[in-house]
Amino acid sequence: MSTAYTASPFVGKTFGVTVSHLNKKYGGVPVLRDVSLDVKPGEIFALMGPSGSGKSVLLRHIAGLERATSGEIRIGEFDAADPDTRNKVHLALVFQAGALFNSLSVYDNLALYPREQRLCPESGIRERVMHALNILSLEKAARKFPSELSGGMKKRVAIARALVMEPELMLYDEPTSELDPVMSATISEIIATLREQTAVTTIVVTHDRSLALGIADRIAIIMDGQIKATGKPDEFKQTKDPAISNFLNPVIDLKNPRFKQLENSHE
Amino acid sequence: MKYLTLVFENIGGTLLLMVRALKYTPTLPRQFPRFIEQCYLIGYTTLPIVTILSFFIGSVLALQSGYSMENFGAKQFIGTLVGLTMARELGPMMVAILVTGRVGSAITAELASMKVYQEVDALITMNIPPERMLVLPRLAAVLVMMPILAIIANLCGWYGGALVCQYTHFISVDSQSYFAALKRFMEPKDIIDGLLKAEVFGFVIVLVCCYTGLSTRGGPREIGAAVTKAVVASLILILVLDYFVTKALLFTT
Repeated sequence: MSTAYTASPFVGKTFGVTVSHLNKKYGGVPVLRDVSLDVKPGEIFALMGPSGSGKSVLLRHIAGLERATSGEIRIGEFDAADPDTRNKVHLALVFQAGALFNSLSVYDNLALYPREQRLCPESGIRERVMHALNILSLEKAARKFPSELSGGMKKRVAIARALVMEPELMLYDEPTSELDPVMSATISEIIATLREQTAVTTIVVTHDRSLALGIADRIAIIMDGQIKATGKPDEFKQTKDPAISNFLNPVIDLKNPRFKQLENSHE
Repeated sequence: MKYLTLVFENIGGTLLLMVRALKYTPTLPRQFPRFIEQCYLIGYTTLPIVTILSFFIGSVLALQSGYSMENFGAKQFIGTLVGLTMARELGPMMVAILVTGRVGSAITAELASMKVYQEVDALITMNIPPERMLVLPRLAAVLVMMPILAIIANLCGWYGGALVCQYTHFISVDSQSYFAALKRFMEPKDIIDGLLKAEVFGFVIVLVCCYTGLSTRGGPREIGAAVTKAVVASLILILVLDYFVTKALLFTT
């Protein structure tokens, strides 16, 4: 697929992420168990796993939105749990539902960060915002409000908002969920292109097989709050582990005894 | 024990929110448009209901006191009674109750939905403290608008009482006598005490409603529950604080 995206001005430094023996419990129930990972600077790292496996919780820990029960996360040399880290690392998180500010227009959603951080005068902010909108082909949506946008456009606006921050670490939470295959492919392409052009470290939480196998440099599979395996996409294509294989290549077997049981219960 | 822990947790959380918000006070000048917007929402949108209700409260107060005081031949003091009651107690109290219902509930609903739909998380990841952007302008606006609303409530209540006194046949106290009585026993301290009360109530209402909104977890159902919780907590706090603030003000010169 060809690409029309260019993100040239946003080339900056980037950080690796190290997760060490991370544990998280909610009300005594373990959600993450002894998770350790090492994401290298500049790579696209995909965190895959079934729903409820703890991958989004792990991403929220990396973003500093949750406090771990034990263990630590380092972004470069900085502690992710320390609020001061956000002054040292430009971290952008693209939320699953976009988390756009509904009371602000698309333009103002993007302009909020540079305005609040007083990065430049209004003319500079305009240039920065319009550039990010151009990258995501969203110029015509600048005056619209989030409620007027489709699911795919909301995701693109969320990515554009992240770009305005000139991120040194980019986090995506289920960027292709609820999108049609064409839009999913477009979002995957945008993520890959942005990394290519800005060299930003990218962590993508997803259960979209084609996204992870297509663009990630490395993949980690997380199941029941534990890292089951880490490796390059090719290694997962020929995996012998039945749990991973079943997750990546699910086979629908209508003769499965579980379905039979369901059938009987309806009779 | 669990309930007690929850109460202390909420008190601690609210105080922490206050400290964190006040820490950003130097940023207030550059948040001027946000402050003005909140002044409009807190002051201007509450004004009509404050005007109407305080007018009728003053009227009813004059009517009830006129009916009772006629037996003692003390009708000439109706102005004093309405004046002092409105300035010291009912004016600030009415405004506080109306601000809770009209503004406090809206603040909680807005912040709770921002929390539930991850807008607050987005602010945190963008290194924009929610206390600075969402709490501080509201606190500053309520501190400016509460005395103004309380003064308007006092004036409406006094004029409501004056009208009733003049046109109710069994009272028949003319406006001049009514206002002369009102001025005779009223001191600037009475009005200032009332305004101070309004300030305390307003500050507490906004703080409690912001805290409740920002600590909401779950989905849309929890937004409704948070609004109820914030309004009930604010009303209880207003009444409890009223006693202590009144007592403190009565014994200060």
